[in-house]
Amino acid sequence: MSGIFSARAWDKVWTYRSTFALGLFNTVRTAFFGILLALVLGIIFGLMATSGKKPLKFISRVYVEIIQNTPVLLQCCFLYYALAFSNHSIGIILTGIISLGVYTGAYMAEVIRAGIEAIPVGQFEAASSQGFNYIEKMYYIILPQSIKIILPPMVNQVVNLIKNTSCLYIIGGADLISLTYSFVTGENTGGAYAPAYIVSGLLFFVICFPLTKFASTWEAYLKKMDQRIQFAQHTTIEEGVAANE
Amino acid sequence: MSNLEASFSMFKNVNLLIYIGKGVLFTLIIAVIAVLLGIVIGSVLAILRNYCNHGPYRIFRWLATMYIEIFRNTPLLLWIFICVVFCPSPAMFNRKIFGLTSVEAKLLWKAAVALILFTSSVTAEIIRGGLNSVAHGQFEAAHSQGFNIVQTFTLIILPQAFRNVVPTLLSQVITTIKDSSYLANVAVIELMARVKQVLSAASQYNGTGAIHTSDVFVLFGFAALIYFIINFSLSLVVRNIQAKRKRRPRVAAE
Repeated sequence: MSGIFSARAWDKVWTYRSTFALGLFNTVRTAFFGILLALVLGIIFGLMATSGKKPLKFISRVYVEIIQNTPVLLQCCFLYYALAFSNHSIGIILTGIISLGVYTGAYMAEVIRAGIEAIPVGQFEAASSQGFNYIEKMYYIILPQSIKIILPPMVNQVVNLIKNTSCLYIIGGADLISLTYSFVTGENTGGAYAPAYIVSGLLFFVICFPLTKFASTWEAYLKKMDQRIQFAQHTTIEEGVAANE
Repeated sequence: MSNLEASFSMFKNVNLLIYIGKGVLFTLIIAVIAVLLGIVIGSVLAILRNYCNHGPYRIFRWLATMYIEIFRNTPLLLWIFICVVFCPSPAMFNRKIFGLTSVEAKLLWKAAVALILFTSSVTAEIIRGGLNSVAHGQFEAAHSQGFNIVQTFTLIILPQAFRNVVPTLLSQVITTIKDSSYLANVAVIELMARVKQVLSAASQYNGTGAIHTSDVFVLFGFAALIYFIINFSLSLVVRNIQAKRKRRPRVAAE
């Protein structure tokens, strides 16, 4: 068996370090392009949801509900097998990028919608009255205000996407978790369970922890600022009342 | 499209429908148990992380924080693989139960343990959010009325904290139902795995002797529909609760 302290097992992991490097590379590659796709989809459908036009809102709603209420693993399998059985296979990594991008895109759309809806209507009206067109209004007025609300949940979604790259395993896997698993069960390489799992868990942790830490710190900061503003408004109102008296 | 008709003819097979139906039951039961146990473990973790701030008790806070952060920042599949190798399984799972073979029953136990451990780290953070929303005056009030620490938590703080996070915990059930599909990677027990299993044997069921693209669409579409119906109705419940609370906000505790 495979003790954590067995030097031979650790030695084996070190010998096959290129396996872990390849897995990490594939995971990062999938995650990176998946995030790009998710951002594009999120922006498109997030803007559609806040456009105020019924058909666009409906399309965005349907996309978000269907994707958010079914497992990413199922979507990934669906895409892979549908393409494979119709002889249009596009490879594991690309399948992963598309299915993860589409899945996380639905969450991004919700995050962006919530961020835009948090901006008071007066800001939109003021921008329109000053002659800003839609793109200018969104870019110069709304985006700078909503980005700070959007960022923490968006970073959390990025972390989820990175963790979800493990769904590639079911379609034949080339990501870090899949390669780790085939390493520990392989005929020549097998046995070094504990060290291999520790290494791949650690790699995920090193990537994800700074991101979640950043998101939670930022969120706490926003909450504090919010309370301060509320407090300030509260006191000014009280001062006003006192002055009137 | 005769292929499509052949694919749909699979649903005339009652045994196949029962097979998939059992998968749905397993998915639901696994998810509900994972969330319920997750709430129990998560509450303990959340209290340790939030309130063990003094003296030697801080070690509990560090341990809880470590547990939560480690599980939140690594994939579920890793923990499933780890539990499949390292988690001991009690004797009651070494035999045929629930219509599973003894090997599958053991894997069910191990994978479910992984899901529970993983879910408890997420529920811990949700409950911590609920605890933070309880005003600090509540502790002082309870203390002044002579409640001891256990009574304060069980009778005063936790009920309020749970009330605040009921919608979020229900959303967590949705997430866990989706996460339970990761069990398909190690054993054929729940919906996702069973559908995939049926697909790999679809040539026997659809009567054409081969697997077609239409089989993929029909079978995975069917599974997606089941997941969608379950999760969408849950999310409607969540929205209903949230809308009610917005209409009738609680009197702010000053």
